[in-house]
Amino acid sequence: MKKASNLDQPPTPPKWGDKLIEWFCDPHLQEEVIGDLHERFHLRTKNRGIDKAKNLYIREVISYIRLSTITQKAAGYSSPLFLHPDMIRNYLTIAYRNLIRNKGYSLINIGGFAVGMAVAMLIGLWVWDETSYNKYHRNYHRIAQVLQNQTFDGEVRTWWSQAMQLAPELRSNYGDNFTYVITASWTNDRLLSVGDKVLTKSGNFMEPQISHMLTLHMLEGTREGLKEPNSILLSESVAKAFFGDASPLGQLMKIDHRMDVKVTGVYEDLPANSDFANLGFIAPFDLLVRSDDLEQKVGWGNSWFQTLVQIADNADMDKVSAIIKNAKKKKVTAEEGARFKPELFLHPMSRWHLYSDFENGKNAGGRIEYVWLFGIVGMFVLLLACINFMNLSTARSEKRAKEVGIRKTIGSLRSQLISQFMSESLLVALVAFTLAVVLVWLLLPAFNEVADKKIAIAWTAPSFWMAGIGFTCFTGFLAGSYPALYLSAFNPVKVLKGTFQMGRLATLPRKVLVVVQFTVSVTLIVGTVVVYKQIEFAKNRPVGYSRDGVFSISIKTDEVRKNFTAFRNNLLQTGTIVAISQSESPVTNTWITNSGFVWKGKDPNMQDEVVTMGITHDFGKTISWKIREGRDFSTAFATDSSGFILNEAAVKYMGLQQPIGEVVKAFGREYTIIGVVNDMVMQSIYEPVRPTVFYIDSFNRVGFINVKIHPQVSPKEALEKSEATFKKHFPATPFEYKFADEDFAAKYQAEERIGKLAAVFATLAIFISCLGLFGLASFTAEQRTKEIGIRKVLGASVLNVWGLLSREFVLLVCIAFLTAAPIAYYFLSGWLQNYTYRISLSWWIFALSGAGALLVTLLTVSFQAIKAALANPVKSLRNE
Amino acid sequence: MRRSDLGEFEEVVLLAVAALTPKAYSVAIAEDLEKATGNTITTGAVHAALQRLEDKGLVNSYMGEATAERGGRRKRLFSVTPAGSRVLHQVRTIRENLWSRILPHALPKVDLAR
Repeated sequence: MKKASNLDQPPTPPKWGDKLIEWFCDPHLQEEVIGDLHERFHLRTKNRGIDKAKNLYIREVISYIRLSTITQKAAGYSSPLFLHPDMIRNYLTIAYRNLIRNKGYSLINIGGFAVGMAVAMLIGLWVWDETSYNKYHRNYHRIAQVLQNQTFDGEVRTWWSQAMQLAPELRSNYGDNFTYVITASWTNDRLLSVGDKVLTKSGNFMEPQISHMLTLHMLEGTREGLKEPNSILLSESVAKAFFGDASPLGQLMKIDHRMDVKVTGVYEDLPANSDFANLGFIAPFDLLVRSDDLEQKVGWGNSWFQTLVQIADNADMDKVSAIIKNAKKKKVTAEEGARFKPELFLHPMSRWHLYSDFENGKNAGGRIEYVWLFGIVGMFVLLLACINFMNLSTARSEKRAKEVGIRKTIGSLRSQLISQFMSESLLVALVAFTLAVVLVWLLLPAFNEVADKKIAIAWTAPSFWMAGIGFTCFTGFLAGSYPALYLSAFNPVKVLKGTFQMGRLATLPRKVLVVVQFTVSVTLIVGTVVVYKQIEFAKNRPVGYSRDGVFSISIKTDEVRKNFTAFRNNLLQTGTIVAISQSESPVTNTWITNSGFVWKGKDPNMQDEVVTMGITHDFGKTISWKIREGRDFSTAFATDSSGFILNEAAVKYMGLQQPIGEVVKAFGREYTIIGVVNDMVMQSIYEPVRPTVFYIDSFNRVGFINVKIHPQVSPKEALEKSEATFKKHFPATPFEYKFADEDFAAKYQAEERIGKLAAVFATLAIFISCLGLFGLASFTAEQRTKEIGIRKVLGASVLNVWGLLSREFVLLVCIAFLTAAPIAYYFLSGWLQNYTYRISLSWWIFALSGAGALLVTLLTVSFQAIKAALANPVKSLRNE
Repeated sequence: MRRSDLGEFEEVVLLAVAALTPKAYSVAIAEDLEKATGNTITTGAVHAALQRLEDKGLVNSYMGEATAERGGRRKRLFSVTPAGSRVLHQVRTIRENLWSRILPHALPKVDLAR
């Protein structure tokens, strides 16, 4: 049967011929050409057999490939190019008219989009800044800092500091692996002076090759400048501050009034996004060694410095890191810390900024978490704006369905319709982009303030514009894709006949989008509330001492150390202050720890480590600490110079039942515990108070003067008196003070910053979501005008209509809340894990956020709902 | 005008159009010429020649009926225009004129049956 039916049919040539002809041949010639080919094939099959016909068919098809068949000629009808200039003009005109006709929608659309993009741009700039840290230094990929992991009582601690003996050791025994190995001190404030001019500038003492390692851009002098023993390199801004426009080369300066140096070079200021940003000057490390007599004082046991390396060009960071692992352990004696099992490793420069936290000797991230957090938030805000755009476009599609129908009937191809809606969305995106750039430009100063950055828009960089425009086009396409594909799929017959109805399913994607939008918003609200609660909680934690009216002056010169007593007595006489004392560390930030303490009942295997704080008499009075047992240090007892005051944590740590009178061996001598104070928050406000020991400083290590202002005296007056007295006693030292409560506030600055940013983004997310909701609600109301009219005529109350229109949205927000709650719970409980001292996630935070979101939704929707409900039904029903 | 000059193949195709009218279209012409010359003549070549002739105004065309062999597609039928007719007559006059002037023994003898 099959064969017979085949015989009835004329044999047809291979399909590829038709395809090929259709592809290259002028459309108006295709019919005759393909017809000819088929007929000829048919004839040949009949006369000479199918095989011969097939062979010749190839020749036949090829014979048509000539200019005359390919060339497009205007014939009966034309088929314009897919993106013909005329069509594009038409699309733009229509797009413009649509925008003008629906001013409200356009405003919501473009405004929301612009805000979303501005946020994404700001976050993009921030992320770019964070990830571009240290890239200024050309050897970026080869530079690393040598860190050490040490084990204290089973716990691994990571130190960024090293002994100054390490660098020579690495150079002589591991030299093949490194281009440079450098010892550096820490970047600190120092007094620089030229003649009478004294300024406080931050700088560091580093070995000479640092200038090559950091590829300093020398404006004057050379990078070799540091090789001279008493030299100093200044940054451009420091040089300007001292010498103005005159050349500083060869000028003589003093550091801290005791080191004489000669300026041998000026380097371009290091950018804000470098970890060396505040390196105002560099002096040779040798100078510090000589003037502080370090050679005598410090050994392998004193990890007081930094060791920076640049690995050799052919070396591998991980391999070198493994090679030097035991470099310290081989050198140190048990006394100096071999028992802590020091293991060295390299921390590459590329990870300094974003991966700076270590837990148990392993890298535990750091700022990178915030980069991810904000990156994701930025993406979400942008996504919200895109969702708005899609939502409003599809909502309006019913109105434009007729346009699509007509276009299709006249002969628009689907691809043309897609390109039309794409070009519309691109237009909106470009307008929004322009607005967003303006917004970013206006907001950047405030943003820099909040984020503590110096970000600038690279207006002239082509990469910025390329990224911006590329990003806009991408967003435009993304936002336009849904309406473009959705609208272009309409069936013209149905649309024009009027039977076109968007079914229940058509609104489903829109509902899903609203849910997504509110899920993000609610998550952000909960996040913001939790961050704020956590900061509030830590801030209000009982600190155990008083910071009110306490300020501190850092001791920078020897004259202060020597003549302190006279200054103290003089200042007390003014009556503006209550107490004055000195301490080794700032009150709010004790940073010195010691080990090797011995006390009765100590487990011999215990590797102890306690915070130590050298103080002078009256320290307790200055900060109003509370003695629990025993007594405070007193000048009445000469023996107090070998007395200890412990905090409660230390008592617990040492396991002492009766602490008063116990003898502790420390610093090579014996101390008696004379008192116990309550725990004081002098370190992280999120961590438990660490065991701390206070003693009367007998090593002349004090670095700060602490002053408590008399409560009845205004701080301004007290400061003026203090400054005058200070100037009188220490003419060569500038009077610089810091208030303890400000210092304390710095502890939660990072969290507060996160809180502020989170609040801003949450507000924006809600704002954008509400814009979208507002648009949708007004659309729904408009669509149901007639229905509402009829309902009103039949006796529906305003409340009924309001409920009718609001119910759907309330339901959506409820679903969103149910989705958001677990997500927020998951992420926030993870975040809170970072803090030992933290709040618990209570249910009311979620309830409050949900209620807030619901309230905002109702307010947004109600405006439209009530407007629709109050409208006169006669008007809406009058015309059909 | 050079364009009105007639190539050899074009002349043959034009003559074939004249001979096959009213059923002159590319397949018929190609088949005819193939039979007459014994060489394979592709429709593409004929089609191109017909297009050139139409450009020169020597033939007219219109779409004819569809057939099953063509897969239901129509064919383009050609007929000679007055201009075409004039050109053909001129060519013929020139040729006949020349033929008539050939002396009896000027051409070597050949066997025409081969």
